[in-house]
Amino acid sequence: MKGYEVLFTGNNFLRLLSGLWVTLRISLISIGISLVLGVLLGAAMTVRNKAVKAVCKVYLEVVRIMPQLVWLFIVFFGITRSTGINLSGETAAIIVFTIWGTAETGDLVRGAFVSIPAHQYESGLALGLGKAQLYFYVILPQTVRRLTPNIINLSTRMIKTTALVSLIGVTEVLKVGKQIIDANRYDAPDAAIWVYAAIFFMYFIICFPLSVFSKKLADRSK
Amino acid sequence: MDWLFIKEYYPLYIRSAVLTITIGVLGIVLSVIVGMICALCRYYKIPLLNGIAAAYTELSRNTPLIVQLFFLFFGLPKVGIVLSPEACGTIGLAFLGGGYMSESFLSGLGSVRKIHLEAAASLGLNGAQTMKSVILPQAASVSTPAVCANVIFLLKETSVFSAVSLADLMYTAKDLIGMYYNTTEALTMLVIAYLIMILPISIVFTLLERRLRHERV
Repeated sequence: MKGYEVLFTGNNFLRLLSGLWVTLRISLISIGISLVLGVLLGAAMTVRNKAVKAVCKVYLEVVRIMPQLVWLFIVFFGITRSTGINLSGETAAIIVFTIWGTAETGDLVRGAFVSIPAHQYESGLALGLGKAQLYFYVILPQTVRRLTPNIINLSTRMIKTTALVSLIGVTEVLKVGKQIIDANRYDAPDAAIWVYAAIFFMYFIICFPLSVFSKKLADRSK
Repeated sequence: MDWLFIKEYYPLYIRSAVLTITIGVLGIVLSVIVGMICALCRYYKIPLLNGIAAAYTELSRNTPLIVQLFFLFFGLPKVGIVLSPEACGTIGLAFLGGGYMSESFLSGLGSVRKIHLEAAASLGLNGAQTMKSVILPQAASVSTPAVCANVIFLLKETSVFSAVSLADLMYTAKDLIGMYYNTTEALTMLVIAYLIMILPISIVFTLLERRLRHERV
């Protein structure tokens, strides 16, 4: 059997796709929660209170300084060891990616708010808009427009980073690929190159359109 | 906290940190070179090479490093290209980083305003002179923050190397957890090792960026 035939024998391709869905599901759930929490964090980072600001900043830097894989290890191995709670790999991954995603989203939201020039606020107020009206009609629409491309970029980063979950034992696309390769070791010894190339392009097919889209949006808002 | 355990095994961490740093630095230097070449190909729109560089940039930026490493380490031997784990790590990091660097350099080169190029041309500077004394100095200061961010990103990405059986920090930590079940100590040393590696660089880069921003204003 030729290596590439392995991809299409039986339900191998479907299995790869369902493995891909496992990582995608983790990233989608984390992105969803991070968006909500990140907006709150971003709003908290723009307040004048120095203590709140400092706490948010420390959170952001602490999360950012460590590789995501280290965080996965800390939550997956460390929390289980110190509290006795047995987290599944998937739960641990969602926790880590939510914590990380919240920090990054918060920073993006803060950046978008800060980037709105002061005269936008002032002219809104000069027109006699109330505080709610000012935010709803003037500030938020501009913030969202500046934010969207960055959020999409962050999402592709998160999708790519969730590939790491195979290292804490989640059966996702890389693990499924390995199973398929091992099962066909004697029939198709060169399956590995095809399987891993297929996985490579699966990620590309998901992330490339997203990055093109975000670039388009960013160019349009300039 | 079992201090004896830490005392006994911290040399392992130092050894694997040295490995991580060696491969990380090598990969980052290579990625700067690759990125520079790609950015120049795309900036001057050299036929064929422009297309290849653009395609490469998108491929490397839109796929995870771990998948690239698996392809290099487990896939390529099937067509007769056998790479050592160290070579895989270096090439993988350079492949990933090259795309990111190329994008950062290109945005720097693209930020030079057309009027500067026209002025250089009217002063009689040739292509190489324009690049050396007009484009590069401006592009460098624009690209620096993005390049610094890339360096930190790539340093953090080195944590994936254990997937291709390189005995790096993650590998050591996982090994110790598996063998002795001293999870807290193993993870603490892991965190400290990464802090020592990344924190100083991150601080230096922040200062550098602040300085550049002042100069531009």
